[in-house]
Amino acid sequence: MVFEAFLLEKTIIVLVVFVVTLSIAAYSTYGERKVAAFLQDRIGPNMAGPYGIWQPLADGLKMFMKEDFVPAAANKFLYHIGPGLSMLTALMVSAVIPWGKSLIIGDGEASVQVTDINVGILYVLGVVSLGVYGVMIGGWASNNKYSLMGALRASSQMISYELPMGLSLIALVMTTGTLSFNEIAAQQSGWNGMEWNIFYQPLGFIIFIVCAFAEANRTPFDLPECEAELVGGYHTEYSSMKLGFYLFSEYAHMFVSSAIIATLYFGGYNFPGINTLYEIMPHNVVTAISIGVLMIKTLFFIFLFMWVRWTIPRFRYDQLMDLGWKKLVPLAIANIVLTAGIVLLFK
Amino acid sequence: MGITEIAFYILAAIGVISALVTVTARHPIYSILGLVTCFFSISGHYILMNAQFLGLVNIIVYAGAIIVLFLFVVMMMNLGEIQETSKNLIWKIMAALAAGCLMLVLVAALKVSDNLVSAQPDNNIGLVETLGNVLLHEYLVPFIMTSILLNAAMIGAVLLSNKENKLQNI
Amino acid sequence: MAEYNLSNRKVMVSNKKMTFSERLYLPEILRGMGVTINHLFKPKVTYVYGKDIRPFATTYRGQHVLKRDDEGRERCVACGMCAVACPAEAITIVAAERQPGEEHLYREEKYASTYEINMLRCIFCGLCEYACPKEAIYLTQRLVEVETNRRDFIYTKDDLLESMDNRIDISQRRLR
Repeated sequence: MVFEAFLLEKTIIVLVVFVVTLSIAAYSTYGERKVAAFLQDRIGPNMAGPYGIWQPLADGLKMFMKEDFVPAAANKFLYHIGPGLSMLTALMVSAVIPWGKSLIIGDGEASVQVTDINVGILYVLGVVSLGVYGVMIGGWASNNKYSLMGALRASSQMISYELPMGLSLIALVMTTGTLSFNEIAAQQSGWNGMEWNIFYQPLGFIIFIVCAFAEANRTPFDLPECEAELVGGYHTEYSSMKLGFYLFSEYAHMFVSSAIIATLYFGGYNFPGINTLYEIMPHNVVTAISIGVLMIKTLFFIFLFMWVRWTIPRFRYDQLMDLGWKKLVPLAIANIVLTAGIVLLFK
Repeated sequence: MGITEIAFYILAAIGVISALVTVTARHPIYSILGLVTCFFSISGHYILMNAQFLGLVNIIVYAGAIIVLFLFVVMMMNLGEIQETSKNLIWKIMAALAAGCLMLVLVAALKVSDNLVSAQPDNNIGLVETLGNVLLHEYLVPFIMTSILLNAAMIGAVLLSNKENKLQNI
Repeated sequence: MAEYNLSNRKVMVSNKKMTFSERLYLPEILRGMGVTINHLFKPKVTYVYGKDIRPFATTYRGQHVLKRDDEGRERCVACGMCAVACPAEAITIVAAERQPGEEHLYREEKYASTYEINMLRCIFCGLCEYACPKEAIYLTQRLVEVETNRRDFIYTKDDLLESMDNRIDISQRRLR
């Protein structure tokens, strides 16, 4: 009975997280176009429904209606699983994000998190490092030189930026003393909900967010799909919903990255005055508010992703590698040493 | 049969099949993908044994980095036609002998060890805390040596990637 | 050679060494993001197609009009200057002599019995209105409408002549 209740709870949470991730990813495409337009003094999509809010549905429908073209010389099996892998890894990360403290249902307390594994940070690093497979396999299987170039760029870029990302997280783990997302989020509720990790790890945050941009293949690091040089990058040969999956997984990845940044560095579901609210208001109401707060933080970071995209031009490939290996890695190591010293000093 | 056992058998089946694919596939890419799947099933086994840290590090290091480098190299090579280099009979015998020796060692190691089925690990052995304690107390010197070695390798790689003339100046 | 800077907007390109904050790049990124975020709140410049009509310049060269004078008589005398000037050879004119009793229709003794402009040939260069000695033909800010048939693009006098009830204002056209 207990096991069944557990299964039911987890199934519901998984479904909700899945649906929310996908719908936010879908609306990120709309948001991207609107933000791009607004930043360029235009108005963006406005025909499908009021203010164009049905645009993602129209885009999705269009994607489904297109001819699903498979190049004659492509490796059929790998060509088909490429987009799926890309989507899978983008969606898997959201499993460890704690969306709120807990909900009290009946007698029991249900956590608002798919799973709280005690090595959550490593899980995120692991799954993110797998994200390259979808791109590489798809790009190679297309049997196109542009796709291959895009795939090679993607893989070398992702490997290079995983390293400083992991190192910046090590410094974070030093200050928090845990690898579990749930505990990291809970720890930041100090100072009545304002003890955010950004105040302890400003340098680590900058390194992490730069790496997050690179891992999500977003401008200024969108070399794998650099239109000016590579036609379409790794998805040159893709069409129909397979192309849609690749584009969509980028937005899902962006959403998940934003949620992780918000959770790790910006207090997660905490907001100023959360502890006082938990004392004076019903538990579930405050949890609902905090879920909303986390959503707002996440949406802000999605906006930041777009904002940066429409401000900064693309890096050159050698500049990208220089930044990763010669700037970020030493900086991250210095950050670790600094953090270790300070932690020891104030222990 | 509990859920753990079912998961074990599924993972074991996936592991064995993907290992066979790795060895028998004619196409290097399929070989590599088989290897990745094999690593995943091994990670699954680690997690089943409550060694989540090892499982995830296995994924990060092997599946996330090393195999990606393999893929990288294989994709860079021209794989338009698959040419099978004919191997000498002596080499085949040598390879079989080497594999047989490895098998022998494994079987011997298994025979010496206690009853494997009952060897359920105690609940905390693979957790980060336990692992950290062991590494930083019992195995401190080897741990530090390894980290220095890895650091040196990383710095060396960055140094080598610099331009030639800069290298001469150092 | 002297340095001319007539527009006062010339900027010399320099290869000056970047300052520390510029080489750090992050402050410059933030500055750039400040510029873009300002545009978020600026008025939009888009004309929504199908909803807004973009204002035309007063010298916009759209569909032609054949003018009448104040008493409603056709000004055109079928001299053929416009047809000669037309680089696309889009204008066809057949001249006719004014009969007695038609003085209220045509201003002078000669008039165009046929005046056709093929709108598919016309390049809207406006040379016809420059060539016209009688101020009879002008280009206006109206658009040539879409047709589904090539023949319908050949505009005859019925299409081109203005009606006295609905005169086309050409006072804004500055030709010379």
